[in-house]
Amino acid sequence: MRNLRIGLWALVAVVIGLFALFAIQLSRPKDDSVESRMIGKPVPEFALKPIVAGRPGLTSADLKDGQPKLLNIFASWCVPCAAEAPQLAELEAHGADIVGVAIRDRPEDVARFLDFYGDPYSRIGGDDLSEVQIDIGSSGVPETFIVDGKGTIRYQHIGDIREDDVPLLLQKLNEAAK
Amino acid sequence: MIAEFGLAALWLAAALAALQFLAGILALGEKGAGLEAVVRPVAVVQAVLCALAFGSLLLLFARTDLSVLLVAMNSHAAKPMVFKIAGAWGNHEGSMLLWVTVMSLAGGLIALIEKRLPERTMLATLASQAFVGLGFYAFLLFSSNPFERLSPPAQEGMGLNPLLQDIGLAFHPPTLYLGYVGLSVAFSFAVGALLTRNVTPEFARVMRPWVLGAWIFLTVGITAGSYWAYYELGWGGWWFWDPVENASLMPWLAATALLHSASVLASRDALRTWTIMLGVVAFSMSMIGTFLVRSGILTSVHAFAVDPERGGFILALLALYIGAALILFALRAGTVSEGKHFAAVSREGALVINNVALSAILGIVLLGTLYPLLTEAFGVRVSVGPPYFNPVSAIFAAPMLVVLAIGPLLRWRRDRLARIQKPIIAVFLAGLAGAIGVFAIGGVELLPFLGLVLSLAIAVGSVMPLKGRSLRRLPLTVWGMVVAHFGIAVALFGMSADTAFTQQTLIAAAPGDKAVVGPWTVTLNSVDPVAGPNWTALEGKMSASYRGGVEHHIAPQSRTFWAPPQQTSESALLTRWNGQLYAVIGGATEDGRWQLRLWWKPFVTFIWYGGLLVALGGFLALLGRISTDLRRRYATRRVAERKAEGAV
Amino acid sequence: MKALIAIGMVMMAFCAFPLSVFAQDNMPPAPYAYRQLDDPQQERKARELMETLRCLTCQSQSIADSDAPMAGDMRHQVRTRIAAGQEPAQIRQWLMDRYGDYISYTPRVNSVTWPLFAIPAIVLLLAGLAVWRRIGRRQNYKGDE
Repeated sequence: MRNLRIGLWALVAVVIGLFALFAIQLSRPKDDSVESRMIGKPVPEFALKPIVAGRPGLTSADLKDGQPKLLNIFASWCVPCAAEAPQLAELEAHGADIVGVAIRDRPEDVARFLDFYGDPYSRIGGDDLSEVQIDIGSSGVPETFIVDGKGTIRYQHIGDIREDDVPLLLQKLNEAAK
Repeated sequence: MIAEFGLAALWLAAALAALQFLAGILALGEKGAGLEAVVRPVAVVQAVLCALAFGSLLLLFARTDLSVLLVAMNSHAAKPMVFKIAGAWGNHEGSMLLWVTVMSLAGGLIALIEKRLPERTMLATLASQAFVGLGFYAFLLFSSNPFERLSPPAQEGMGLNPLLQDIGLAFHPPTLYLGYVGLSVAFSFAVGALLTRNVTPEFARVMRPWVLGAWIFLTVGITAGSYWAYYELGWGGWWFWDPVENASLMPWLAATALLHSASVLASRDALRTWTIMLGVVAFSMSMIGTFLVRSGILTSVHAFAVDPERGGFILALLALYIGAALILFALRAGTVSEGKHFAAVSREGALVINNVALSAILGIVLLGTLYPLLTEAFGVRVSVGPPYFNPVSAIFAAPMLVVLAIGPLLRWRRDRLARIQKPIIAVFLAGLAGAIGVFAIGGVELLPFLGLVLSLAIAVGSVMPLKGRSLRRLPLTVWGMVVAHFGIAVALFGMSADTAFTQQTLIAAAPGDKAVVGPWTVTLNSVDPVAGPNWTALEGKMSASYRGGVEHHIAPQSRTFWAPPQQTSESALLTRWNGQLYAVIGGATEDGRWQLRLWWKPFVTFIWYGGLLVALGGFLALLGRISTDLRRRYATRRVAERKAEGAV
Repeated sequence: MKALIAIGMVMMAFCAFPLSVFAQDNMPPAPYAYRQLDDPQQERKARELMETLRCLTCQSQSIADSDAPMAGDMRHQVRTRIAAGQEPAQIRQWLMDRYGDYISYTPRVNSVTWPLFAIPAIVLLLAGLAVWRRIGRRQNYKGDE
């Protein structure tokens, strides 16, 4: 009977713990983002074909040219990608070198998208099968990675870039330049 | 006016629930003498008022009264009547009102007819029922008022999403709700029995029909939900161990255990504390399930209307009910004596194994469902899925299913296996034949292999109790058990056969191409555009023939809805007695062919036939219990009348 | 405020349907997204692996059960890698190196997940103990005392 008592109070304790867990989870917004495990690792080898006329494609070698870069994963069919366009322009104005990876996209759609929302990219590679996206550990569009001059991934921003995210990204870019 | 009337009725009902609770509790003490006469009538009036409130809501939806916020949000004048009505509970507020209505009706019914238990236990039970109800009334009145007015009235309702006008979707949630509410009655009985230290076989008999009823609804709800996911999601899966599915499975597991332990208590006066415990656990699982589904803290494929604030309210209720009941239980458990003893080989012994295994499975499902939530609190995300749930629950399910095959043949108290030697040999031979058969086919993995063998053994074992008895005179309750157990065998067979033998063909086909999937040859004849009220679709016209036989025509569609923009696959099913052909048409390839997904799923329909048989078994048992009760009532009345006559 | 609630309600009603809504990209699916490998042995391996990998853009579905484009691209990766002779365990590891444990529905024993395996073992022990105590010690039961 004593064992039963102890077991029961243990059960009560477990239930209290459970409720505490529920309360904690309930009190904070649900974070559905999946972080890449590739941060701190070199970018995987890839070579993406150009997707708009007159703009070079993107290879992993381009990311090892000594200059830190913003690697922006986007698509013309993605609504938040359009929303972050002004912030990308602002980052470019601050001297960021932005390279793009267009996910599952057609050349004419990308061209129209750039015409409409602005074009901050120095290079754009077309990733028709999300290969680079998967290889770099990105789980959606848009996402932005900071890659240092040696081709090491230093930082990942998930979702569209908001106005308040710009200073942090610039700071991370500076850190990557050191 | 109707909305105000409904709201007033709801407030009054809530007030009466408070009165019912206070009077019931006070009447238990010494100072409350006289109050006991109040409790039952109040419970009945409360039920009537709550039903009137719900009736008002139904009427508002039937008339599409757009001056009521809830109606404006969820209905539309152009909806067919059945969906207007179903719209009343197809939303958070309405579903909560339905919940509390069913609960108060159940309370009223108990108050009217239940005279078998000692009055003190009944008072405690009704007080507990009112206490649980109060929480939901508060929830409705303070945070989810269904009767809130909209001023000025809306021009037109917003709820014309045709995707939601699905008859299955309209009746699936209330089915599960009825199950949850039934378990709340069992919970109240358990609390009442615990409060008055009156855990008797009579208590188990009184509680049993409620558990049985709840269990039937849960079984039907889960079966229907599984079939719905199967044909609607378009990939042929019928159980994903998704959090929302687990949330409906956990109360079912607890209710199944409770059903069996209550039968031990009713027949043999054993497992007293355990039965009470399960009564508390079963309702707790319904509440936890509701919370998980409504609060949105878990990621699920079956997304629901979620709202953290309401989640907080449900959590508070959950903590209040379960916490109070558990603490009461921990305090009182020692004072309830264990009850009668029994031998290892006996009906009770088999049922103990059933209970332990079901509880263990329940624990594992709970653990696997909540574990990702726990690690998330520490910033680590993990996934727990079928590769975990299947084998781990099988460790406990397999021995339980072995016992299920022969347990019902055992006698109460004490038995010898030698006595039922012949049936055991028959069960063993059935399993052996299955094992040899499956082995001969080859290539079947361990779990489906075990499932197939066990399902054959259980199928034979489950009908054994019929042997040597007059089928006409056999009590309905025994029929119920036999049918339900046989249903388990059928469902298990379907699950295992589908897992083991499903064949798939994924191809890109041009019109005129043939594809082979298992015994079927499917020809894509043409792909034509068709239009619905708010969608256009590409329909793949196919003919399928089974082993070169008659050609059947099927036409899966790939639908595009424009408002809101959305693409869905309407699968086409071709059912034979021994399985289903499942066909889906996807997008076009660059060279102008069409993506086809074809599956031949042997015996997959047995899963849902089995589930329905289980529910039918429960229904037969319920009928049996009710008719026995009625007969007993009649007999007691006759005896009383005779005595009265004799006295005169 | 009312309008806000209204929008919320519509979104909710919308979400209550269990089919995910995908942003429309106009690209055809990857070659091996909806096509099986010619070798049934390999396809079986691929299928078993795909059923245990989580689709990252959907809510709680495996990549084997999803129409999301990214799930299709992942199926393509799995199938081409299997066809190239990689083992399922290798491919799972490759994905876990990118997305962490979250992508795999098969939890592995590590410092975070060990209770998932320890607790069932304890439950098994307790269950055995409960059955044994409840039943075993009354082996010599002779009748009600």
